Amino acid sequence: MSFSKAGHEVRRGPLLILLIVVLAGFVAAPLAPWLCRSLGATRGGALLALVPLTLCATLAAIGPEALAGRGIFEAHPWVSGLGVGLDLRLDGLALVFALLITGIGSLVVLYAGAYLGDPGQAGRFLLFLLAFMASMLGVVLADGVITLFVFWELTSVTSWLLIGFDHEKAESRRAALQALLVTALGGVALLAGLLLLGAAGGSMRLSELEGARSAILSSGLYEAILVLVLLGAATKSAQFPFHFWLPNAMAAPTPASAYLHSSTMVKAGVYLLARLSPTLGATELFTLTVTSLGAATFVLGAVLAAPQTKLKRLLAYSTVSSLGLLVMLLGVGTQAAVVAAGAYLVAHALFKAALFLVAGAVDHETGERDVEKLGGLRSAMPITAAAAGLAALSMAGIPPLLGFVAKEVVYEAALPAPGGVLVIGLSVVANALLLLVAFESGVRPFVGALRETPRKPHEAPAALSVGPVLLGAAGLALGMAPALASSLFVDGFVASVHGEAPGKPLSFWHGFTPALGLSALTVVIGLAAVALRATLRRAGRNLAAAARFGPERAWDALWSALLSIARAQTDLLQGRRLRHGLALTALASGAFVVSGLLAGGLRLPPIDVVSAPLAEWALGGLLVLGCVAALLARTALAAVAVLGIIGTLVTLVFARFSAPDLAVTQFVIETLTVILFVLVLFHLPNYARLSRPSTRLRDGLLATSFGVVMTLLALSVGSLRRDDSITRFLAAESVPGGHGRNVVNVILVDFRALDTLGEITVLGVAAVGAFALLKLRPRG
Amino acid sequence: MKSLVLQTTTRLFEPLFLVFSLFLLLRGHHEPGGGFVGGLVAASAFVLRALAFDVASARRQLRIDPQRLIGIGLAVALASAFVSVGEGLPFMTGVWSGNVGTPLVFDAGVYVTVVGVVLTIVFGMAEET
Repeated sequence: MSFSKAGHEVRRGPLLILLIVVLAGFVAAPLAPWLCRSLGATRGGALLALVPLTLCATLAAIGPEALAGRGIFEAHPWVSGLGVGLDLRLDGLALVFALLITGIGSLVVLYAGAYLGDPGQAGRFLLFLLAFMASMLGVVLADGVITLFVFWELTSVTSWLLIGFDHEKAESRRAALQALLVTALGGVALLAGLLLLGAAGGSMRLSELEGARSAILSSGLYEAILVLVLLGAATKSAQFPFHFWLPNAMAAPTPASAYLHSSTMVKAGVYLLARLSPTLGATELFTLTVTSLGAATFVLGAVLAAPQTKLKRLLAYSTVSSLGLLVMLLGVGTQAAVVAAGAYLVAHALFKAALFLVAGAVDHETGERDVEKLGGLRSAMPITAAAAGLAALSMAGIPPLLGFVAKEVVYEAALPAPGGVLVIGLSVVANALLLLVAFESGVRPFVGALRETPRKPHEAPAALSVGPVLLGAAGLALGMAPALASSLFVDGFVASVHGEAPGKPLSFWHGFTPALGLSALTVVIGLAAVALRATLRRAGRNLAAAARFGPERAWDALWSALLSIARAQTDLLQGRRLRHGLALTALASGAFVVSGLLAGGLRLPPIDVVSAPLAEWALGGLLVLGCVAALLARTALAAVAVLGIIGTLVTLVFARFSAPDLAVTQFVIETLTVILFVLVLFHLPNYARLSRPSTRLRDGLLATSFGVVMTLLALSVGSLRRDDSITRFLAAESVPGGHGRNVVNVILVDFRALDTLGEITVLGVAAVGAFALLKLRPRG
Repeated sequence: MKSLVLQTTTRLFEPLFLVFSLFLLLRGHHEPGGGFVGGLVAASAFVLRALAFDVASARRQLRIDPQRLIGIGLAVALASAFVSVGEGLPFMTGVWSGNVGTPLVFDAGVYVTVVGVVLTIVFGMAEET
């Protein structure tokens, strides 16, 4: 079996290992509902967690091979006809992301089963979650440009399912739709950008495009490519001014938030920028736009986070801020900055996922999610409290946690950067505010006096505490042994993004450097912010109120304007009454036909009416009689009956002129139509009174003229010279190619089966729509 | 008001309709017929019962929720399109073994979908009254 086309080089890896890694989640996902039903939510989740765990172990095992050289490549046939392959690549950058996706993924899957509890809910949730995980793996392992895009869009779709999981809540639906529309808008821009990139670089492989950098920069397309790609990255990673969808997406169940909005989905934009840095980066334009985009988001996110009191919203806004920091570092693009991005990426994924999971556990055990109303939980939930404390310390950048090490290298990278003073100043303020967020979300619920909560708090079950504990402990372990973080994650990341691995590993103690001073300053300001948080919060509320007039408002206005136009247009064209819509359709299409006939010169074939057989005369006469009767019918029921008779007469016309397939189908359709009409008429009392004689006259004239026009069209079509090569081909191929003597049916089920598939899908959707209209109306 | 004549005729005609619908489905590849019209005729059998008796009786006769039939039919049609992929041929290529081929399976999918669509709508309408 060979799929490779000439000119499409196929490089196969030793095995199908990367393909298996990408597809495993898609295979496992449909099993989730069944597993959760038969084993229960918690055990189902635990079993399913083995899938990402196995993938994580596999990736770790092949990691060293991937880090040596340019990585592991695999090329699989996909849409060979278009020269599109499923090209995969595992290098240092992909490895970091893939390890985070699968590692944190396994903890989240385990957690989600127990968190949701109900087997039906958990099964559905894990179905979406595993499909999302697989899509995300596809994004980071993609080498083919189209492969990247397809998986990128799949993450948008699967995250839409996850955010809108509580689909009976209007708030969830709105948040899900908003996230989908924002990221899909970016996706369209990204597709255009990637295609331009492929055209400019002469390859559809990301790995080959890195070598075509100079051709891309001099192609004249560079600016357009950069803007389009940035749109894709900024929407996905919630960069200003698209940041608003992320906090709204907190409508998702907490495990989804922990996964999507801390370590995966929103990091896809960061991944994209990192992946394309060698190709598009290190130009003045790139540095300026990406750095300022990131810096703006970094500060804005921190400022908007500070006044929040809901646990998840606190974390959501702080995620926006952290994403901004990562984008800013990639914009600066120096080796030190890339090292900092790698270190902070890992640190952030660990502490943010832990804090989200803790927030979920607290909500689960107490029923309260407002930090103002929480306190003193440490005695009731000691394990969760310890995990939260570790994560919060890492987020606050306190030694000896990984967050501290990461913040040190961030400051070191920022110090020599252009515009360093401004960047440093903003960074210190933003980091101090993030310290406040860390305190509010990870410390405050657990200290002080125990507060009254809707549920009596108790320790979370094991499945809910394993995740936060392991993630918190990982932050501690990697912080104490930063060289390990270097060799596991950061070195490969830097080698992929910046070209060469850093000379020295991350270290815990850098001596009394300016960075250490800045760290200390951050902690001091942060602690001051904690002390003054009530005042800050009041100030922040005003700011948050002002932010309502921000980009989200513009976005909403855009969509409501679009909907208004659609509604106005529908009202105009389809109207509130079927009659008006039909009249408009008849008038418009009739006018088109008439103008076409006049332009082409009306040529009618000679018709010998007189010598037509009696049967045809009789048929024609009956049809005319039927139409007159329909027009004159006193009641709607009579009109429908007459229409049925007319339809049957048309069937006879088909039968007479040798179109038996059409005749049989038409006959059954006519019968069912009459039945449907009769059923509908039950709902329309006194319908006959609705049409006055003048209305009938108008409708009758319109119908008659339309009929005449269509007859003329049908007659003149016969005199046109047509290209009948398709007809001849189908007739000739029917038996040898389609194994059938009935050409009509062979076309329907073989030659044009795709059309038929589309048609029956439409039929199915229409039936479901009719059912919804009939059955799901609000009562009363 | 229920008519005894209609009810008796329905009992007689129902099996005939169903057999005829299968006949239409199977002969469709060579002679006039096919899954679409076959599905319509099969649906008519149940519509007839719904009119002569009531919808509940027709639903019992059908045994399966018509909406499910839509899904099953679409799944069958789609699955038939993937057979060729398993053989290394492009999507939707007809695969034949004697007189039986994937286009026939596809047509059966169309048949089931059409039954589901018609009955979903007709039952829905009739139950509204």
